Amino acid sequence: MNNVKIRSGNELVVEGAIAAGCNFFAGYPITPSSEIAEGMSRELPKVHGIFIQMEDELASIGAVIGASLGGKKVMTATSGPGFSLKQENLGVALIAEVPLVIVNVMRGGPSTGLPTRGAQGDVMQARWGTHGDHPVIALAPAFPKEVFLTTIDAFNLAEKFMTPVILLLDELVGHSHEPVELPGPDEYEIVNRKYPEKLETLEIYKREMGKPPLRPDFFMGYPIHIESLEHNDYGYPTTNPEIVEVQQRRRLEKIERHKDEIIRYKTHYTDDAELVIFAFGSMARSALEAIETLRKEGGPKIGLFQPITIWPFPEEQLKKAVGEKDVLVVELNWGQLVYEVERVLKTNKIHSLLKMTGMPIRPDEIIEKIKEIKNA
Amino acid sequence: MLDYEKYLRYRTFPVPWCPGCGIGTIFKAVVTAFAKLEWDPNDIAVVSGIGCSGRLSTYFNTNTLHTTHGRALTFATGIKLSNPDKHVVVFSGDGDALAIGGNHFIHACRRNLNIKLIVINNNIYGMTGGQVSPTTPTGFVTTTTPYGNTEPHFDTVELAKAAGATYVARETVNRPRQMLKVIEKSFKHSGFSVVEIVSNCHINLGRRNKLKHPLPMLKWIDENTIPLSKAKDMSEEELKFKYVVGEFVHRHRPDYLSLYEDLVVKKAGGDKK
Repeated sequence: MNNVKIRSGNELVVEGAIAAGCNFFAGYPITPSSEIAEGMSRELPKVHGIFIQMEDELASIGAVIGASLGGKKVMTATSGPGFSLKQENLGVALIAEVPLVIVNVMRGGPSTGLPTRGAQGDVMQARWGTHGDHPVIALAPAFPKEVFLTTIDAFNLAEKFMTPVILLLDELVGHSHEPVELPGPDEYEIVNRKYPEKLETLEIYKREMGKPPLRPDFFMGYPIHIESLEHNDYGYPTTNPEIVEVQQRRRLEKIERHKDEIIRYKTHYTDDAELVIFAFGSMARSALEAIETLRKEGGPKIGLFQPITIWPFPEEQLKKAVGEKDVLVVELNWGQLVYEVERVLKTNKIHSLLKMTGMPIRPDEIIEKIKEIKNA
Repeated sequence: MLDYEKYLRYRTFPVPWCPGCGIGTIFKAVVTAFAKLEWDPNDIAVVSGIGCSGRLSTYFNTNTLHTTHGRALTFATGIKLSNPDKHVVVFSGDGDALAIGGNHFIHACRRNLNIKLIVINNNIYGMTGGQVSPTTPTGFVTTTTPYGNTEPHFDTVELAKAAGATYVARETVNRPRQMLKVIEKSFKHSGFSVVEIVSNCHINLGRRNKLKHPLPMLKWIDENTIPLSKAKDMSEEELKFKYVVGEFVHRHRPDYLSLYEDLVVKKAGGDKK
């Protein structure tokens, strides 16, 4: 236990990113994520990485895409308003298949909303925020060590699947300072980008269905083209319907076909539970405390399904974990993932505990809701 | 004979611009400058935004990136920071650089990374069908100013100077030799450079302003072109709506990356690793 440190979630993102080999960060100040930019500005120069504070949110995601194409492992961090501003260029990274990590430390919205208060209202924005059909990977850790490891995971998935990965913290996870035993390098794996040994043709997007592109970075000796328009195998613009369909499908399938590899989740006390709570991020922690309190007091036996991968949604994993049991969805918004749970669990009874006042849903509120369900 | 063919991506031809468009002249000047400087195509990244100018990146046989409207400079910033010894050239239009991308334009000038920006100013949003732009002359008819443009226009050169660009020049497509000269000079310059090239859009600007063919439009640009040496003796009133051409700024100050290396990395101890 000699590696125990006091760390906030935001600080753990910084340490996780450096451990993952992140060597480029561009950002813009915004509450409650600024500590990530501050941490990266301090740590990156020590490892010969580049930090730059850009002129706005749009510029910072533009810069990380450019740096990723230039061969760097890249990250940017923001919160709601900035996440809104970044959506257009997030689309560039999706269509051009550029690896990057984008952290959104969620605060109360809409608009300027509640800058210093936690919320979980951006999960649907993470799924559908940028226009058009696109695949998405979004991860939402809850516990300190999990934040560190999930940050590394975010980089690994981005590089492996050549896609942006959204790391969703909520303000409560980002700002809570807690003791954490930092995992050593033997406790995690680092995935680096794969390159073709030799490029026979410049058709960098010519891949089997469901495979990410295997291509060189800029300046590796091949005149490659990276395009924000829909493109053919060469990356050159096209409106040919057959080519458009193949490229659109391949991008969707590269995530869909690898869901098992991408989906991370945890179950707590689900085996003997009569009801399973579905909660992520800070709400998973509230729920776990409620569950343990009830068990200590000899109350009803409740379990927790905690998705860490929010997108793609852990459909099969959730079905398997809850069976026919009733489900209580606890989320810090007016109901977003509850619709996904209802879509997946068609025959279960689904309850929800929702709140968006700027304050967290406390364990005692969850206990009260469980009692209410039991007595109904 | 200059070997500029290696800079052309023939597979993507033909080019998409309207017959008589000035962009072809600019395209030729840029590949000629590459050839004169003997830059290795692999050491060049060409980045562009959205609009007629945005389509340029596709046709260079170098590392190329077509981005979003106004944001080309931000992507270029990431490319340059991650590969300081490579050449990064950015194409932007007047709408791209001065309207939707205005913030990136001024901050790129201030930051002074060694990036080469070429602003193709055709005074109109051409690709979208001829809407008013920040450089459309006052009084001109466009599809969104059907009764004439009431707004004053931006001066790219003044903006770049004030924001801190270290090389600033303006030329027009009527002066290909002078254009090549300033483009080549900007490529040799160490620091952020802005070269504005005034170009003709007879289709979507000229057509609605009695300049609907290439020649009358080019003639109109020519009649309003004043060399910098001559402009020095002219009053502000006389220079209204004129394109003053020449080299306006050629100065030196440390660029972002050398300061980052000298100050930040050394202080953080990164140079010892």
